[in-house]
Amino acid sequence: MALEIIESCVNCYACEPLCPNEAIYQAAPHFLIDPVKCTECIGDFEVAQCASICPIEGAILDELGAELNPPGSLTGISLEMLAKYQAAVEATYQAALEAKSA
Amino acid sequence: MELPVLNAGQQEASQGGCASHSCGSTDDQLSHLPEHIRAKVHNHPCYSEQAHHYFARMHVAVAPACNIQCHYCNRKYDCSNESRPGVVSEVLTPEQAVKKVMAVAANIPQMTVLGIAGPGDPLANPERTFATFRELSERAPDIKLCVSTNGLALPESVEELSKHNIDHVTITINCVDPDVGAKIYPWIFWKNKRIMGREGAAILIEQQQKGLAMLAERGILVKVNSVMIPGVNDEHLAEVSRVVKSKGAFLHNVMPLIAEPEHGTFYGLMGQPGPTHEELQKLQDACSGDMNMMRHCRQCRADAVGMLGEDRGQEFTMDKIEDMEIDYEAAMVKRAEVHAQIARELEIKDQARAAKTELVAIQGLKTDQPATRPVLMAVATKGGGVINEHFGHASEFLIYEASGSGVRFIGHRKTVPYCEGGDTCGDGESALDKTLRELAGCEVVLCSKVGYEPWGPLEAAGIQPNGEHAMEAIEDAVLAVYEEMRVAGKLEARPVVQQKAA
Repeated sequence: MALEIIESCVNCYACEPLCPNEAIYQAAPHFLIDPVKCTECIGDFEVAQCASICPIEGAILDELGAELNPPGSLTGISLEMLAKYQAAVEATYQAALEAKSA
Repeated sequence: MELPVLNAGQQEASQGGCASHSCGSTDDQLSHLPEHIRAKVHNHPCYSEQAHHYFARMHVAVAPACNIQCHYCNRKYDCSNESRPGVVSEVLTPEQAVKKVMAVAANIPQMTVLGIAGPGDPLANPERTFATFRELSERAPDIKLCVSTNGLALPESVEELSKHNIDHVTITINCVDPDVGAKIYPWIFWKNKRIMGREGAAILIEQQQKGLAMLAERGILVKVNSVMIPGVNDEHLAEVSRVVKSKGAFLHNVMPLIAEPEHGTFYGLMGQPGPTHEELQKLQDACSGDMNMMRHCRQCRADAVGMLGEDRGQEFTMDKIEDMEIDYEAAMVKRAEVHAQIARELEIKDQARAAKTELVAIQGLKTDQPATRPVLMAVATKGGGVINEHFGHASEFLIYEASGSGVRFIGHRKTVPYCEGGDTCGDGESALDKTLRELAGCEVVLCSKVGYEPWGPLEAAGIQPNGEHAMEAIEDAVLAVYEEMRVAGKLEARPVVQQKAA
C-alpha cells in the first residue's frame, strides 16, 4: 500500500516536508516515494498529504495506479483545453524553429 | 513657459502652485512619506520610481513550493525569452543562492536589493527562504533583503521575517471579496487539506489582511501587488486599494494580467484577455486618489538579475559562477563608492528640482496660457534618468504624460528591439510593427538615436521620432518637446492621429 510519484512531477518540493513518514525523497529526474515507508497517511491525516498539495494533475498515483488528482480537478483545465495548450506549445516551438532557420 | 513637474496622479497641485504633499516630479513619488520610510526605499528599484533608473535588483529562485493555485500561474513552463513572475530556469539551493547573490553584487555594484519571490511562494518554503536570508544578512550586510508572498503563510512568518531585518514585504492581493477570489484561486492548501473555491479564497483573504496588519504594526514596509484581470477583479481593485491602505500598506502596484494559451494557464487557455494600456492606466489613476501607486513594475521573473527591464540572468548561471572567486570585502568598498556616486548625482537633481519648485512658487503659474491637451511620449533609456538608448536597441519604452500641469510617469511598454527583429518567437509580426502597436497613443518617441528606416513608419503612425535630446534628463526633455509642440500650435485640440490599428 503506497502512493507513487510519476514523471509529470515538476520537482517543486511542496510534498516532501509534509510526509509524516519521510517517505518522499529528491531523486533524478523527479521526486520519489519510498513504498516501504509510505502509509498513504492513514492514521496521521484524513487525506494523503502529498496528493493534497501537489499542483500537477496526474503526478501522484494510488496503489491501483489511479490518478489522485485527475485532469481538470485542480486547475479547472479540461482535457479539451489541454489539447489546445499542446497545440499552442507546438506552434510556438515550430515558429521558433522557422525563425532560427530563416 | 515654466512648467512644474508633478507627482503621479496628483494634478490638483497645479492649482495651488505647490501643495506640500505632492510637489516635485515623478522622481519625487515618495516625497510625502515620512523620512524613515524614504531612507528605506530611496535605493530600492521596486519601491521607488526614481531608484529604478539607477539601482538594480535580483531574485533568487530558492522557493519552488506553493501553497495555493492561481489561474494565471503555471510553474511547469520555462522559456528563457519569457519574463513573467513564476518563471525560472533553475531552482537553487540556499548555498547556491548565496554564492550567486555575492557574485552578482560584486559584478553589478548598483545591485542593492535581493528578493525571494518564488517560483512558488517563499513562505511556503520557510526553511530554504530563511536559510538564504540568514546567510546573506551575515555575509553581505550591504544588500537589502525583501520577500514577495501570496500571504497565506504570512501571519506565522512575521516573527521570523522581522528577525532577519527584512524590511520590505510584497503581498499579492487580488481581491478582498471571496466571491471574486473564487474566480482567481481554484484551491489553497490549508491545515493539511486542499480547500477548493470560495472557502479557500476566504481563508486566503483573511490571512493576507491579518499578515498585512501585523507587518504594518512592526513597521515593516508593505507593498501590495494586484493583478488586474478584466471582468474578474478590475472593478474591485479600487476597493482593494482603499482597504490595504487603511491596513497600512504604503504602495499599491496594479499589474496587467499576463495570459497566453502557450503559457498553459487556466486564463491563457480560456482566452481571458489582459487589460489594454489605457484600461490599466485608467484603473491606476482611479486608485491613485486613495493610494500611492507604483507604475514602473516590470513583472520580472523569479530569477531576474539586473536593472528593472533588463535581465542579465544568463551571465550568472550556476555553471558560470561556480568558478568565480569573490572577494566580498573588496566588493563592498567598490559598491559603497558606486552608491555614494549615485547619491551625489541624485542630490544634485534634488537641488535642481527644489530650485525649480521655488521659482514656480515665487512666480506662480501663468494662467493666461490657453489650456493645452495632455500628450503621451515614449522614451528609450538604459537608466540614469536620461535619454540614452537607441530606438533600435530598446526592448522597452518608458511612457510619460506631459500636460499643462507638468510631467508624470505613466508606465512602460515592452517590445522586441527593432535591430534584433529577426530573432523573435515568430508570431508573424515584425519587430517594428510590434513597437508601433505598443506605442499606440504616443505622439513622440524620444531616443538617443533613431535610424532612417523606422523614421517613416513612425511618422506615418503619428509618432514623431526625436533624437535631439540625447543624454538629457528625461523629464526636462519631455517638457521641452511639449513646449515646442505648444509653440507650434499642436496642443490646442486633439489631433487627427493616424494610429495604426492594433
